[in-house]
Amino acid sequence: MSFAIPALFITDVLQNIPQVADYIRILPELVLSVFGMLIMVLDPLLDRPNEKDKSQRSSAKTLGMVALLGSLCALAATYIQAHSPGEAFSHMVRVDHFSVFFHVVILGIVVLSILASFEYMETQGIRAGEYYGLILMGAAGMCLMTSAVELVLIFIALEISSIATYILAGFLRRDPRSSEASLKYFLLGSFATAFFLYGVALMFGATGSTTISAIHTSLHQPGGYVPTLAYVAVALMFVGLGFKVGAAPFHVWTPDVYEGAPSPVVGLMSTGPKAATFAVLLRIIFEAGVPGTFWLVWMAAVLSMTLGNLGALKQTSIKRMLAYSSIAHAGYLLVAFASAPAEGIPSAMFYTAAYAAMNVGAFAIISHIAGYGERYTSIDDYAGLGRREPFLAAILTVFLLSLIGIPATGGFFAKFYVFSAALQANLVGLTILGVINSAIASYYYLRVVVVMYMKEPQGEPVPLTPLPTGVSLVLVLSMAITLYLGILPGAVLNYAQSSVSNLIRWP
Amino acid sequence: MSSIDCIILTLVTAVPLLGALLLMAIPNRDRDIRWFALIVTLVDFVLSLHLAVRFRAEKAGIGIFQFEINRAWIARPNIHFHLGIDGISLWLVLLTTFLTPLCVLISWNSIHERVKEFFILMLILETAMIGVFVSLDMFLFYVFWEATLIPMALLIGIYGHERRIYAAVKFFLFTMVASVFMLAAVIWLYAKTGSFDFVDVQHAIQLGAVPGFATAAPWLFLGFFVAFAVKVPLFPLHTWLPDAHVEAPTAGSVLLAGVLLKMGTYGLLRFNVGLFPEQARRNAPWIMVLALIGIIYGALVALVQPNLKKLIAYSSVSHLGFVVLGIFSLTQIGIDGAMFVNLAHGVSTGALFMLAGILHERRHTYEISEFGGLATPMPKYASLFLLITLASAGLPLLNGFIGEFLVLSGAFQARPIYGVLAATGVIWSAAYLLWVYQRTFFGVNKNLKNATLHDMYPLETIAVLPTAAAAIIMGIAPILWLKAIDPAVHAILQPLAQISARVVGQ
Repeated sequence: MSFAIPALFITDVLQNIPQVADYIRILPELVLSVFGMLIMVLDPLLDRPNEKDKSQRSSAKTLGMVALLGSLCALAATYIQAHSPGEAFSHMVRVDHFSVFFHVVILGIVVLSILASFEYMETQGIRAGEYYGLILMGAAGMCLMTSAVELVLIFIALEISSIATYILAGFLRRDPRSSEASLKYFLLGSFATAFFLYGVALMFGATGSTTISAIHTSLHQPGGYVPTLAYVAVALMFVGLGFKVGAAPFHVWTPDVYEGAPSPVVGLMSTGPKAATFAVLLRIIFEAGVPGTFWLVWMAAVLSMTLGNLGALKQTSIKRMLAYSSIAHAGYLLVAFASAPAEGIPSAMFYTAAYAAMNVGAFAIISHIAGYGERYTSIDDYAGLGRREPFLAAILTVFLLSLIGIPATGGFFAKFYVFSAALQANLVGLTILGVINSAIASYYYLRVVVVMYMKEPQGEPVPLTPLPTGVSLVLVLSMAITLYLGILPGAVLNYAQSSVSNLIRWP
Repeated sequence: MSSIDCIILTLVTAVPLLGALLLMAIPNRDRDIRWFALIVTLVDFVLSLHLAVRFRAEKAGIGIFQFEINRAWIARPNIHFHLGIDGISLWLVLLTTFLTPLCVLISWNSIHERVKEFFILMLILETAMIGVFVSLDMFLFYVFWEATLIPMALLIGIYGHERRIYAAVKFFLFTMVASVFMLAAVIWLYAKTGSFDFVDVQHAIQLGAVPGFATAAPWLFLGFFVAFAVKVPLFPLHTWLPDAHVEAPTAGSVLLAGVLLKMGTYGLLRFNVGLFPEQARRNAPWIMVLALIGIIYGALVALVQPNLKKLIAYSSVSHLGFVVLGIFSLTQIGIDGAMFVNLAHGVSTGALFMLAGILHERRHTYEISEFGGLATPMPKYASLFLLITLASAGLPLLNGFIGEFLVLSGAFQARPIYGVLAATGVIWSAAYLLWVYQRTFFGVNKNLKNATLHDMYPLETIAVLPTAAAAIIMGIAPILWLKAIDPAVHAILQPLAQISARVVGQ
């Protein structure tokens, strides 16, 4: 079968009228969309703004529960579709170990973020309906990004997830920082997706196709000829995706957006869309085997690690600090993309999972402490936390140690796999730069631990409310995952390993 | 082998950690917590005695580790839970289990706040320290190595004196930054050999089965060396040590000087010499020079220290210089001596820090000029202090002497001038130690408060006496220790002898 000739293409489509199996392969996305819309519909029905505050709260709780149920159903749907791998919708979507892995990571992030948002909605007095609806819609986009194997569909999925996060970033409407974050993110983000779309168009021009496998075939013909246009296309797509993962030199938006956006949303958008975008990058770089990525990735990795870590050193706001740290982590992750596929793919996948667990957990703590209007987000506000809230401080310490990469935490093995993949590809220089960077990074993470345990608050201490069930559940879960990945990383890595053959199907 | 021999190392390593976990569940009553911590550490000490009793010195020579346990832990990367000890690590494990209960005792009354956290941290630290000495899987070794960092940094940072935060962060960063180089080297070895197992990697290197090893070896050697040299600490990487010691609580100082520094020298011997004998031989000259500078510089700085704890800290720099000098003399006698100095320094410096802490309890200062004439109000304290001072200064029949003597002999064998210069270190150490003793205990009492100071409390006596006893026994019968050390050192030096033979043959 070939796609080049339109007449054959039409018969091809006719032969491929969507079957039940096709819908099963987008089942998680369907579930998420349905629940997202359901919340939108329920919101005005449940919401009675004229009554007392209390009923509004309970409606927010109900909607949160519906959202939670939706994301759990999507996880179950992923479990179902995991048993029927294959392609759907005329080679647009493919369910394989690779997509299932990322589905689980993304949905896990969504579940935790929703749980962490219950309390936050109450303290900030946000109308909950659209919030949860957008999270689910965005999640549908992110999930689709990881199973789409066609560039236009990838673009659409990217847009779905991006638009949701643009709005979520501005959800604290009364806070000018949040509006600024949203606008910045929106303007720069649309610019970046335009780059990506240009890249897709040029790739179509260069190879005559937009499906990943056809691009691979076209670029790896026996003659060995690769059109120059393909290099331009790759560079443009890389700019677009590099923006989405916050890799330098496309990282400038990150600190401002992370500082202004609501904390649970930052926890979500620093992990979920990033995981999805890294999945897309893996598909494009390794599965499509596009040319000329090595130095692009190399430069972006080095710049991200270095600029991210140096930027984080001086920050006084914990949110800004973690924003810079996320730039640095994107850099470590990109190291895997410069390595050979057999080691690079699983190590990158493991990294996204480990990073998701520790970062979502850290932001859950930040949003709990921040209080109304996110007043307490300075690092100094954490002084004396070790004495006042030993449980909270101990868990945040675990996350920070994991971000440093101390053994027995997920962050350690994440870095370990990435750097050993790089060493096996003989990227000694890149590894050394990475290792030095992670040593620098230990300083600013450690500073938070020092403040928590060894300093006492100056003046009025931060008011602390008792830990609500939702947040404590998030903390226990994300800490359990962080430690599990740090002590018994085998199972997750094996699964990631098994998806290498999904991406590299040709000799 | 009886069944207990298979699990004894796991037990010795895990008991403190289990104790720490149980301690978290114990209600917050300070007295119970102290007793519990003491019992756990004593149980661990008793368990570790089993190692000493059942250790077969005559078998140690063939380079086989004893009490081995080797279980697969993680499949990818290929990490094993591989523990085992030889004559070198045996005594370091015992030193750890010996000093920790004493640390519990010395902290009994001096830690009043956040008692529970203190003892939890100390127990976690003990597991990590023992783990460093017994791990034969390099990955596991690195895990334990890093794991010592956090509890120690917290012990300094929470329970220390005024500049504790600065000291804790400096301590953490120095060690952390240096050890990532070791990690890089370990990963390189893994990438080329597919194993983290020390024994396997050593074999692969000896058989020349590691591709690209010849070009990478100097860098690998340096990677390990930097990590260990910071820990030892070797001049000029020692600057974190005085800060950490001065600010740490007494128990922290004892464990820092007594055990943590030994992790550095142990690593130098086990990994730098054990894995890269050729590189060790090539780099020995400049490393020995650094060690010599450390010996003399440390002693001279100690001589002029106005602060008692800082003085002991710099004396550690000097003594650890001896250890490094002995190791890189690459002679049987020198390394034997180095390992013995390791143990002797652990015992006597641990004791010195405890004694300094006792004084600090009473006067809340370490300034030597504040004291004087203490021998009158505190006779028991003064005599114990004297014994330990003499042991540390290397008086024959006490534990400091034999080790330094052996190291000096080894240094003479390597190059006479090194021996001569190092020997001056012995003189310097006698000078600063005796001078500080004189200024503190004799002469005019400069402060009225000193006249009414209480002599040693029973608890303090119980804490210090075992170290004094150990100092005497180690001085009189060093053979008890050396008979296990000697064959192990012999095994380590064998590949070196082959290399030297080859070099001479050319």
